[in-house]
Amino acid sequence: MKTHVYRPLIVVLVIVGSILLARQFVVPPDFGVYERGFMYSYYRRSNEKEWEEFKVKYRTKQYCKDCHSDKYEPIVSSKHKVIQCENCHGPALEHPQDPPKLTVDKSRQLCLRCHAKLPYPTSLRGKLKGVEPAQHNPGMECSMCHNPHKPDMEGW
Amino acid sequence: MEGYVHGLEWTTKELFTYPNEFIYWSIQIVMYPLMTGLVAGAFVLSSLYHVFGQKDLKDMAKFSLVFSFALLIAAPMPLLLHLQHPLRGTEVFFTPHFTSAISAFGIVFFTYSMIVASEIWFVYRKFFVEQALELKDKEGILNKIKGCIYRILTLGAYDISEEALKKDEKAIKILAGVGIPVACFLHGYAGFIFGSVKANALWMTPLMPVIFIMSAIVSGIALCMLTYILIMEWKKFRIKTSKKPWELTVEDVKGAELELIRKTSKYLVGFMIAAITLELLDLVFRGYTAVKSWDILRSVIYGKDFVNIFILQYGLGNLLPFVLLLLPKASIRRMVIALVLVLFGVFMMRWNVVIGGQAFSLTFSGYMHYHIPIIPHNIETFKEGLMGALVVGVMPFVLFWAFNKIVPSLKYK
Amino acid sequence: MKFTRRDFLKTALSGTIASVLPLGGLRILKPGEVRAEIEKTNVRWGFLVDTYKCVGCGFCVKACKLENEVPYDAPVTRTWIERYVILKDGRVFADTPMGGRDGFVSLKVRETEIKPADIAKAFFVPKLCNQCEKPPCVQVCPVGATYQRADGVVLVDRSWCIGCGYCIMACPYGVRFFHPVYRTAEKCTFCIHRLVKGMKTACVQACPFGARQVGNLKDLNDPITKVILNERVAVLKDEYGTKPQVYYLGLDKNVR
Repeated sequence: MKTHVYRPLIVVLVIVGSILLARQFVVPPDFGVYERGFMYSYYRRSNEKEWEEFKVKYRTKQYCKDCHSDKYEPIVSSKHKVIQCENCHGPALEHPQDPPKLTVDKSRQLCLRCHAKLPYPTSLRGKLKGVEPAQHNPGMECSMCHNPHKPDMEGW
Repeated sequence: MEGYVHGLEWTTKELFTYPNEFIYWSIQIVMYPLMTGLVAGAFVLSSLYHVFGQKDLKDMAKFSLVFSFALLIAAPMPLLLHLQHPLRGTEVFFTPHFTSAISAFGIVFFTYSMIVASEIWFVYRKFFVEQALELKDKEGILNKIKGCIYRILTLGAYDISEEALKKDEKAIKILAGVGIPVACFLHGYAGFIFGSVKANALWMTPLMPVIFIMSAIVSGIALCMLTYILIMEWKKFRIKTSKKPWELTVEDVKGAELELIRKTSKYLVGFMIAAITLELLDLVFRGYTAVKSWDILRSVIYGKDFVNIFILQYGLGNLLPFVLLLLPKASIRRMVIALVLVLFGVFMMRWNVVIGGQAFSLTFSGYMHYHIPIIPHNIETFKEGLMGALVVGVMPFVLFWAFNKIVPSLKYK
Repeated sequence: MKFTRRDFLKTALSGTIASVLPLGGLRILKPGEVRAEIEKTNVRWGFLVDTYKCVGCGFCVKACKLENEVPYDAPVTRTWIERYVILKDGRVFADTPMGGRDGFVSLKVRETEIKPADIAKAFFVPKLCNQCEKPPCVQVCPVGATYQRADGVVLVDRSWCIGCGYCIMACPYGVRFFHPVYRTAEKCTFCIHRLVKGMKTACVQACPFGARQVGNLKDLNDPITKVILNERVAVLKDEYGTKPQVYYLGLDKNVR
């Protein structure tokens, strides 16, 4: 290589080398190709764990039933047994430590999610009992007349 | 609202669209292929002289080479401005995922910039050496800095014998030759980024990379010609207004300028024909085959985007300049108008691909509209608005001005 | 011995190359390791949606947003419900206001008043990430920030995503978006943090009518696997060749 012609090439190689060198420090060591091959699983392995450790917020009925059996018992024998407590009461998180009190959504809007009458054939929605929101005591909270924990009974 | 919903500010939705659909790729993604296109075009223009020995382009060759480098350095800017995490942009070099067209950016962009930089080095090596030697013993801090820069730029190769310069010539020829396919690849891959998105009915066509390359060369040549004219006009103005006598008269400059522009415009027209043919082929094919997506595409192409596509892009941007370029007795003024229109046409083509491709919903039964933010009121509306685009548009000229201090590409002989 | 600058450069260069190249290679599992991994993972998560059962209450969307910390009032969401109303004259109306987060309480579809007598059929279609067998969103990620787990779930590495939006463009189902807070690509994770703990996803748990179900497609005794095997199910947009793994009962041709 007794010619100057290769000098730019040397510069290029030095740059490429420094990128590869920098790569050693910047790229996490567990970054690589895993089960699904290069196309679908070229990634940082520890990220899977990070997602698996994401905090669970909705704890399901099972979490509520022991302390709140007075509410749990009637509801599981009613038509509303299909509804999770947390759908209306909000995610339990670490209740009763954090938060000590859950905020229940008593709004008319919540009940109307299912009980606003939509006469849709071929959908279960058409078969649910429903009201015409504009005509059925507009402005009032449903729970003033209906007990959501004992929906089969009229009034309290 | 907590956080910032990207796209919400400049997107309006019509009829039935999915909730997460917004104009995610906005003006910067229009600018990106435009810029890489200009790079490729400018480089091909300079190579026409170096490789194919088109003698009539000799004066243009040096200029377009350096300009191409300036454009090249500015080309990643729109991409960076577009990223939600610009600082992580280097990951494209560190963990490139080669099944993605965008990851090719790292490799292709690097290869290409090295080729252009090397070519410039060979073209200017003699000049670097001369400058380095000349500035060696001069006093003054500015001369010292300049001398230092030139000494670094020589890379320690001070041999400027006849024999050594012959080798340079050969290297230039090889680099310019290798550079053409790489330039086309650089832009072809930009087309591939769009053409390979199977989820997008407008983008997905194998013609996309080819269409992009053709319009890239058109825009690159047009921009080089335009910049060349502007610089020559400036030169004429300086000759006219200066008190000292110049070695040239206004008439000399004017004659040479018109001659060069006329010759270059022939190449321009040739590439324009190729570009328009391909675009129309694509359009005809879509209409004729009329697959599932055609209903919504037709309503976008012939309805919502009619003005953008047929009036602004094809009419103002293609047909009119075509006529202006081909009419006999070209004048500089007419050329300038034609060239500006050509550039506008290519910009509109990019716009109609990038924005037009998001003008309809994935549901095929709804539309989205992009309202480009004019006055920015936060960083996002700056980046993805008119101001960001202008910054990107001005950048190559600023860079060219700076480069020209080191590698003068406009020495007129 | 004369040590010239050229020699120095040569030595330095070869030294750098030698030190960098072997390390620069990618970490790839050996075939044996891969086999071991696959045997270990006899899980492939899939989803079954029964569009007859969905009433459009939107509890799933609400639960998803709260469970997965997607800003509640942002118009983006990991899962959503679409309503389709097909009239007797063949016209199709579809909408998904706020992704159906607050349910559907009116006969109006967008601004159009619809008379019950005109309706031929109407139904709700929940949507979420299809966790495709061939996810185009993963294929196009330029930096390896999104990937598919061995159990089929596609995730995004929030610390590595550069936010280019290519994956959002590549998804034919429109399930991806930029997270308003983290500003990285965001998508349904099949609540992987719940699945690995033996729980159901937040949306499945919240659904009162069993319209949504999640299960292991590699387990032939799994209720959803049985349905998928024995009944006539459909998937969304299979023409894209993505092999989606969210199966639908009662899918209509008007569903987009």
